[in-house]
Amino acid sequence: MSLIEVKNLEKTFHDEKVETPALRGVSFDVDEGEFLAIMGPSGSGKSTLLHTLGFLDRQTKGEYKFDGKTIDEYSDDELAKARNEKMGFIFQTFNLLRRTSVLENVKLPLLYSSVPESAWEEKARKALDSVGLSHRLHHEPSQLSGGERQRVAIARALVNNPKVIFADEPTGNLDSKSGKTVMEIIQKLNEEEGRTVILITHETYTAEHAQRIMKLLDGEIESDIKVDHRHKADDFLK
Amino acid sequence: MNIRHLLKTSSGGLKTNKSRSVLTILGIVIGIAAIIIVMALGQGAQNLILGQLQAIGSKVIAVVPGRQPTGPADIIATFTDSLKEKDLESLENKSNVPHAVNIMPVVFGSQTAAFESETYSPTILGVTEIFANLYNIYTADGRIFTEDEVKSYADVVVIGDEIKKELFGASDAVGEKIKIKGRNFRVIGVLNKAGQVSFINFDKVAFVPYTTAQQYIFGIKYFHRLAIEADTEENVPSTVAAIQTTLRNNHNITDSKKDDFFIETQASAMATVSTITGALTMFLAAVAAISLIVGGIGIMNIMLVSVTERTHEIGLRKALGATEADILKQFLLEAVLLTAIGGIVGIVLGGLLSLGISLLLSHILGVDWKFTFPINGALLGLGVSALIGLTFGLYPAKQAAKKSPIEALRYE
Repeated sequence: MSLIEVKNLEKTFHDEKVETPALRGVSFDVDEGEFLAIMGPSGSGKSTLLHTLGFLDRQTKGEYKFDGKTIDEYSDDELAKARNEKMGFIFQTFNLLRRTSVLENVKLPLLYSSVPESAWEEKARKALDSVGLSHRLHHEPSQLSGGERQRVAIARALVNNPKVIFADEPTGNLDSKSGKTVMEIIQKLNEEEGRTVILITHETYTAEHAQRIMKLLDGEIESDIKVDHRHKADDFLK
Repeated sequence: MNIRHLLKTSSGGLKTNKSRSVLTILGIVIGIAAIIIVMALGQGAQNLILGQLQAIGSKVIAVVPGRQPTGPADIIATFTDSLKEKDLESLENKSNVPHAVNIMPVVFGSQTAAFESETYSPTILGVTEIFANLYNIYTADGRIFTEDEVKSYADVVVIGDEIKKELFGASDAVGEKIKIKGRNFRVIGVLNKAGQVSFINFDKVAFVPYTTAQQYIFGIKYFHRLAIEADTEENVPSTVAAIQTTLRNNHNITDSKKDDFFIETQASAMATVSTITGALTMFLAAVAAISLIVGGIGIMNIMLVSVTERTHEIGLRKALGATEADILKQFLLEAVLLTAIGGIVGIVLGGLLSLGISLLLSHILGVDWKFTFPINGALLGLGVSALIGLTFGLYPAKQAAKKSPIEALRYE
């Protein structure tokens, strides 16, 4: 059984009598521990797909099964709980809380979790340690570089030990060196910790860090192929 | 999310927008401060008036001529001259009013008093020898006039502290003669400085025998008022009843609605005053409360702006696992915190301002204006401001909670 099973998924946006189809029936599976990159030009529906997979939105038609349970069986509060406990999000624009320390930013998901407060500090420090930011705990996001900010966001995504990480153009706002560092970390999460990673990008180079690339066009799957020659981020850093 | 983290999150949200938060609560601060000031001053005024009434003494009953108008037709007949010497005699009769120990007729008016080239316009009070006892005042120099002097229409006067100073300065007044309405009165006593007691400033009063005042100063044959002291406080009601019966007999009145006099006791006057000042205070507080509603709308407005501005933050929190209830609570608590802080600041500010005003009033008016902190008002203010936070914060908080996480995340 795959972690993610998608069958004929459709999503249509309604906006004052205008219907905009974003996904026109996509089907695929993602296994636990897999690293999938979704590519496509803007408007291809890749963000919509990621939002649906990440429980941030519901489909219009079709079926989405996560961890053996279809999304329709979840109430809104249960979706929130699943996002909190099983999923981690990394955004292109980092989305850190301003005027809030790095440590507090990383603790944010724990605030909405059932994790006892006594464990928060340790979990947050550990997550920050794994992205190499132990020395930045009490800085505010505005005092950090773009690469560092994204690493804080990764630590935040990791802090509650999620099964799957959703990354929406994580290197889109970074210079190439910071981008490589971020990709190295993401790859490590996948390979060393066995987390499922689903990444959106429009850069072929970034996508080739994944095991598999799925290309979307106009809301449909154009291709879904295994990557033969994967980029290993640490190759460049060595 | 537990309450402590909720508080931390909400207060964090407010701190991020400090100057806006401060401006937002200003409306609430002013509203609550206004209510506190109105209530504190209302209480102070009431205490002052009640204090004056208390000085009259709880055993003293005042009989006042005239009728309290009950309708337009009544205005014609005011009967201001209804209390005469005959009534005094009847009331002094023990078989009519058994518990009356002291009865003092009073006539009063304003006249000019002159000594050599100095003049002064005191209030002339025509009374009997018991006035000092009844009003609880003492002479600093000389003596009070005697019963004989009252009976014999003596031209003697006991003057208040201020009159003495105005007319005689530092020199002795006792034994000197002052001219009132062309007649020479011998000063036999000067009163201690007494200040304002029961609405009369005794420092500005010249006491003369009522007989002399009626005959030579005012030229009247009736009394402006009768002060009757009952032997005990318990006997006040029965004495009031006895006075009414006696006077109605004398005036041939069978219907109490046609009384040509009315009776005031300390208790009745205090009840009237409390009702009036209480109603006035409530009215003013209600007016002040309008500003609270305006303040509440201001809070709602700012909270709506804040929700729109922080759409991104809301989306992020939701993506990370916050439920609608979590977001609702966060924004509702922010609104309640804002108003509660506003309420507390308003209470402190209102308390300080009313203390200042009280001191100023004591100083300017020379009255003993006591500052009382209106605890009821403070509790009410705190409750009302929190309620306003809840009411006016609910709509913005609902708007925040309803936001879809992706719409919110996309918003820049």
